[in-house]
Amino acid sequence: MSFENRFNSDEIGSSIIELKNVSRQFGTQQVLRDITMQVYSGETLVLIGESGCGKSVMMKLMMGLLESSSGDVLWNGVPIAGRSDGELVQDRLRFGFLFQGAALFDSMSVFENVAFGLRQNTKMSEEYIRHSVMNRIQDVGLSAASASKMPSQLSGGMRKRVGLARAMALMPDIILYDEPTTGLDPIMTDVINTLILKTRSRRPVTSVVVTHEMSTVRKVADRVLMFYPLSRLQPGEPQIVFEGTPEQAFSSLDPRVSQFVYGEARDRLEELAAA
Amino acid sequence: MSTASTADSRNLIHSLGGETIRFVEGLGDLALFTLTTLRWMTRGLPRRSVVLQSMYEVGVRSIGVVLITGMFIGMVLAVQGYEQFHLMRMETRIGAVINIALVKELGPVLAATMLAGRVGSAMAAELGTMRVTEQIDALRALGANPYQYLVVPRFLACFLLIPLLTAFADAIGIFGGWLLSTQVLGVDSAFYWHHSLDYVAAYDVLTGLLKSMFFGAAIAVISCHRGFNCGAGAEGVGRAATESFVLSFVAILVTDFFVTIFTTHLYYVIWPAPVSLL
Repeated sequence: MSFENRFNSDEIGSSIIELKNVSRQFGTQQVLRDITMQVYSGETLVLIGESGCGKSVMMKLMMGLLESSSGDVLWNGVPIAGRSDGELVQDRLRFGFLFQGAALFDSMSVFENVAFGLRQNTKMSEEYIRHSVMNRIQDVGLSAASASKMPSQLSGGMRKRVGLARAMALMPDIILYDEPTTGLDPIMTDVINTLILKTRSRRPVTSVVVTHEMSTVRKVADRVLMFYPLSRLQPGEPQIVFEGTPEQAFSSLDPRVSQFVYGEARDRLEELAAA
Repeated sequence: MSTASTADSRNLIHSLGGETIRFVEGLGDLALFTLTTLRWMTRGLPRRSVVLQSMYEVGVRSIGVVLITGMFIGMVLAVQGYEQFHLMRMETRIGAVINIALVKELGPVLAATMLAGRVGSAMAAELGTMRVTEQIDALRALGANPYQYLVVPRFLACFLLIPLLTAFADAIGIFGGWLLSTQVLGVDSAFYWHHSLDYVAAYDVLTGLLKSMFFGAAIAVISCHRGFNCGAGAEGVGRAATESFVLSFVAILVTDFFVTIFTTHLYYVIWPAPVSLL
């Protein structure tokens, strides 16, 4: 079996990641409460919500980088909790993760960053790795000359693109994007949005995107989930306050959803001043 | 008045209890961290290039500072000791005091302190920065275990190279003490070495080197643990670096005490004496 086809492709539309009654707290602070949701194979799911409502934590729970305080995370219907360390590491390679700040390894060049996963997990020849890495670097619109640069020499947009190239290096089935456009100018934001679409058009991948950028929601989302901070909810109210298409999000009559998608402060300033 | 005093006492007990719980939790967490590191060490060594990089940072780049401090501590011992020994007209015996102090205590502790300051703090800051910038999560996402990739190479480098650094500190300290005693203070060189050899045994040198391995292990584990549990932002990284040095230094002295008791007992087990000091 070739490296690219080492995983059985999931049936399009089947549940690939599932969270069942998942809660997560850090010390005494609860961030996620009783979340139940699914990610379907082949879709692009976008998670929106205010800062601090637990979207990034959600992504790390999905990938098994964090453990839930209660509830189950399932991959293809099987809970990840029972897996051994080795199984978890292997199964996690189905995922590519683009971190919020790109999380490039400072001590390595762009080339070494992108090659890291291949060197760590495969026995491929250096020649194949070089070929594969240069392809990934070109896929994200970077020149061959940038391969030798260090992360400190890159702009924000370049760092994100290198992060994306690194996330794609192991040809994952599922790519998780944690705020891929935060801090970028509008043009670079659109470049990243286009890259997300191009990645999907090249091969069938499932994508989960956390973003605050409504242009990203409009451009890439098949389905949108909106999270609400627990501190603003009444006990027992569900934390996911919206699920639907991007069009439905923009026409939602729920004031919590419309306030977020149209970016309106409303009475928030007075609330913050009183706090 | 009595109600206020009762409330104060309760607060004091409450905060004391809280601190005790946090201390025990911290120790337990450090113990688990150490066990996880040892477990990952048995699952195969990390790539040679990663270990060599750590060894270069820990060993090669520490030689300069260890040599300078070792040299000066040897010379300071000579200056301090000479006056006292001169009053008793026993200045030729100064070499025994300088050299026994160096190989048994000052060499290992000095090399370890330099390592904790130069390497331990840097390790805590580097791993702390990796944690706050999600690079440790990125390692896991790319199929690498952070313990195997980050902690094991640093542990091996500190554990294996600190005896060499200690040997350098011992040697240069002995040279510094001899240089000042014989070339500046006028002590006879032949008697200086003769009395030194009477008092300094191979056992003293070996236990000093052995002791340093415990110091190296403690520095690596504490520094990596602080880095892995670093708080958010620049303040968190700074605090991790400071805490790693302070905790490592305390650990060096505490470990020194217990290992010294052990090696002293061991000495009397191997070579029984009529009266044991301990």
